[in-house]
Amino acid sequence: MLDSKIPKGDIKDKWANHCFDVKLVNPANKRKFDIIVVGTGLAGAAAAASLAELGYNVKAFCFHDSARRAHSVAAQGGVNAAKNYKNEADSVRRLFYDTIKGGDFRAREANVHRLAEVSVNIIDQAVAQGVPFAREYGGLLDNRSFGGAQVSRTFYARGQTGQQLLYGAVSALNRQVGLGKVKLYTRHDMLDVVMIDGQARGIVTRDMVSGEITSHSGHAVVLATGGYGNVFYLSTNAKASNATAIWRAHKKGAFFGNPCFTQIHPTCIPASGDYQSKLTLMSESLRNDGRVWVPLKADDKRSPETIPENERDYFLERKYPAFGNLVPRDIAARNIKEVCDEGRGVGPNKQASYLDFAESIKRLGEDTVRARYGNLFEMYEKITGENPYKTPMRIYPAVHYTMGGLWVDYNLMTTIPGLYATGEANFSDHGANRLGASALMQGLADGYFVVPVTIGNYLATLGFNKIDENHPAFKEAVDKVKENTKLLIGINGKQTPDEIHRKLGKIMWDNVGMARNKEGLEKAIAEIKKLKEEFWSDVKVMGTNEEVNEQLEKANRVADFIELGQLMAEDALARNESCGGHFRTEYQTEEGEAQRDDENFMYVSAWEYKGDGAPETLHKEALEFEYVKPSQRSYK
Amino acid sequence: MESLNLTLKIWRQKNTNDKGNFVTYKVNNISTHASFLEMLDILNEDLIHKGQDPVAFAHDCREGICGSCGCMINGRAHGPESGTATCQLHMRKFKEGETITIEPWRAKAFPVLKDLVVDRGAFDRILQKGGYISVNTGAAQDANQILVGKIVADEAFTGAECIGCGACVAACPNASAMLFVGAKVSQLALLPQGAPERASRVENMVMQMDDEGFGNCTNIGACSAECPKEIGQHHIARLNREYHIAKLTSAEEGAVG
Repeated sequence: MLDSKIPKGDIKDKWANHCFDVKLVNPANKRKFDIIVVGTGLAGAAAAASLAELGYNVKAFCFHDSARRAHSVAAQGGVNAAKNYKNEADSVRRLFYDTIKGGDFRAREANVHRLAEVSVNIIDQAVAQGVPFAREYGGLLDNRSFGGAQVSRTFYARGQTGQQLLYGAVSALNRQVGLGKVKLYTRHDMLDVVMIDGQARGIVTRDMVSGEITSHSGHAVVLATGGYGNVFYLSTNAKASNATAIWRAHKKGAFFGNPCFTQIHPTCIPASGDYQSKLTLMSESLRNDGRVWVPLKADDKRSPETIPENERDYFLERKYPAFGNLVPRDIAARNIKEVCDEGRGVGPNKQASYLDFAESIKRLGEDTVRARYGNLFEMYEKITGENPYKTPMRIYPAVHYTMGGLWVDYNLMTTIPGLYATGEANFSDHGANRLGASALMQGLADGYFVVPVTIGNYLATLGFNKIDENHPAFKEAVDKVKENTKLLIGINGKQTPDEIHRKLGKIMWDNVGMARNKEGLEKAIAEIKKLKEEFWSDVKVMGTNEEVNEQLEKANRVADFIELGQLMAEDALARNESCGGHFRTEYQTEEGEAQRDDENFMYVSAWEYKGDGAPETLHKEALEFEYVKPSQRSYK
Repeated sequence: MESLNLTLKIWRQKNTNDKGNFVTYKVNNISTHASFLEMLDILNEDLIHKGQDPVAFAHDCREGICGSCGCMINGRAHGPESGTATCQLHMRKFKEGETITIEPWRAKAFPVLKDLVVDRGAFDRILQKGGYISVNTGAAQDANQILVGKIVADEAFTGAECIGCGACVAACPNASAMLFVGAKVSQLALLPQGAPERASRVENMVMQMDDEGFGNCTNIGACSAECPKEIGQHHIARLNREYHIAKLTSAEEGAVG
């Protein structure tokens, strides 16, 4: 049985008690420890900066040319916090409750409560850093609503909240780089974890300019490398977002938690052709003022403006009057798929729904709508060539976020001692469905406030001994990566990494996407196994290791996506229930909602790697709900 | 769906030390709905199948926000559409049969790493000298204790929006980075939180900017015209003002705030 190390006591006191109970590292001793942080998004930049401020020596790594480009930068809508600045009876308890319910009772209560507690500190920290959140004329901070909540607790900076929060965190990181407390390695791809005596002691990286493959040592390693939505090829993730760091850690012994929990975001710009390289999100905040509808009749070819009101179906408002267009993402996405499956979809290939602002423009005026969403409307127009002030947006669901990730305990430590996972890279806080504006909250909570406390508890037991990079484990790990690189380049087959990646994406989207069933999942597993063989015998990687080589980078990532894709399908197959974003068509209520099976599946699945090609072992962490009683989620 | 047949003249350079040269390619049947970078993806897949080295170009989010992408397209930074990063440029902006010239950013401070990829590390080194407010995690007061009027906050946001792509430098005949530096200095100078370090910040950032080999501003305005976030030149004016005030006061900063 997995030990999640949840502290004792009432849920309100657990984090405070834990902060008191952890072992501390004396300020003068902190400089004797080296900590490696991989990834410089919200979770990574916040952790690297905060750990350096405490006095630790930090080595931070990112594959971008600058820390500022991590994909947190693209988060649009906002960040939740239980400030109750709007006098709406919001509280830590309510944010905790909404997040547990939003996650369909598959998240760990103690973690989520801690998240809600520190949410308020995140806003304070960001404002102190100069993050220009939206404000009211009196100079106070403004808020808006997001899905799955009936209060306005989302702080935002136009449609660029992730960008501004990331620049805040990166400014703190830059300050520590300037002070010499963080050594920042840009354009470095992490390709393995170095283990000594069962503990994480370093990493192997490839310099993406020179091709040099080398190792770095540290007393602890923090992986803040984001999610794995790109397994699906088409997603709202950045092109280079990848799972290599967490997957290779998994292969070294870190259990993988809930791999099948994927968030499909309801409102993205539909794909336009085979050349499509990625999908673009249209922020959930748009559902504050945009109304989702399709024509009542199937195959209605009229232009949207000419369809009279009584021939439109505002299906979210109709089915969920209490939350209307702001139902959580999993529910909105599933309903959009459903109306498209009924033949009522719109656009060239009938795989879209309208998101219509006509009524809001009439009510608020175009200027107000522009002030709220101007940059999103512009982005939509650049991509589609259509003006959403005049004609409704067309939107369709797309892979956006992965709730699953490396399994971590309450301290955010994986099953490898000394290896931590933060932000989207871990599985911990969102259960089976993440609420909007909660990813930024979690990344920053982990990075600013959780890991800086919990890592000390581990380091205090370690002793100050420097890690010896001459230890054979380092050379062995480096040699293995070099060998693997040579192998990839040497295959010299016929298909590009992108071509194989697209094939994987199609298998995943068709069978492990919004609706899953036993038959489809079994088919997917068989197809992925075949694709893996195809990759290792037929991939073509141009160029050499000793140069800037994007094809080599891609090949490494696709190899890992294939293996992770299979585990996602295995996990989805093993979870014989529906919950949140995991919808098994065999398990639904009469009304077509997700039917949980709390008796048999109220657990976190944590998979253990058992060697190449061998079936992974499923471990279970039982979930206990002491404070929020599990119920059938209702947003009606 | 319309499609285009195009001729591409692309700068190829193996590494920083290579001299580099233009190479001409043809691409056919490119959908007008494809993005500019998707057009390059199609070219690259084709090159790989022919056994040729694909064109290296920087990109990541493809949503116009990470600032990774950027090249000179027919002599203009990020191409013909204003307020648009290269990744948000779509092929409907081009004509059938057109020849498109594609080059990397050209500036002494941005050495070419390969083909269209340049090293913009100089920008980060400038920010590391002062592009921040010195506040440690945990030391913040309640966010609403700091009042910032909406107009000031919105103006600070217009500087904070900079994505660090480098188009301003590439567009400027002097390869000046003053729009980039001005945007950050301006954001932090406008906000009350930035006041204590206001003078030393601008002095240190400008010193690093000069050390990196960027040129000076001579009020040409190409930077703002090509900026994908349309950051205004008035941020350069504010940078100049901040710098002059700093030169008069910074020695006393600790004493007077």
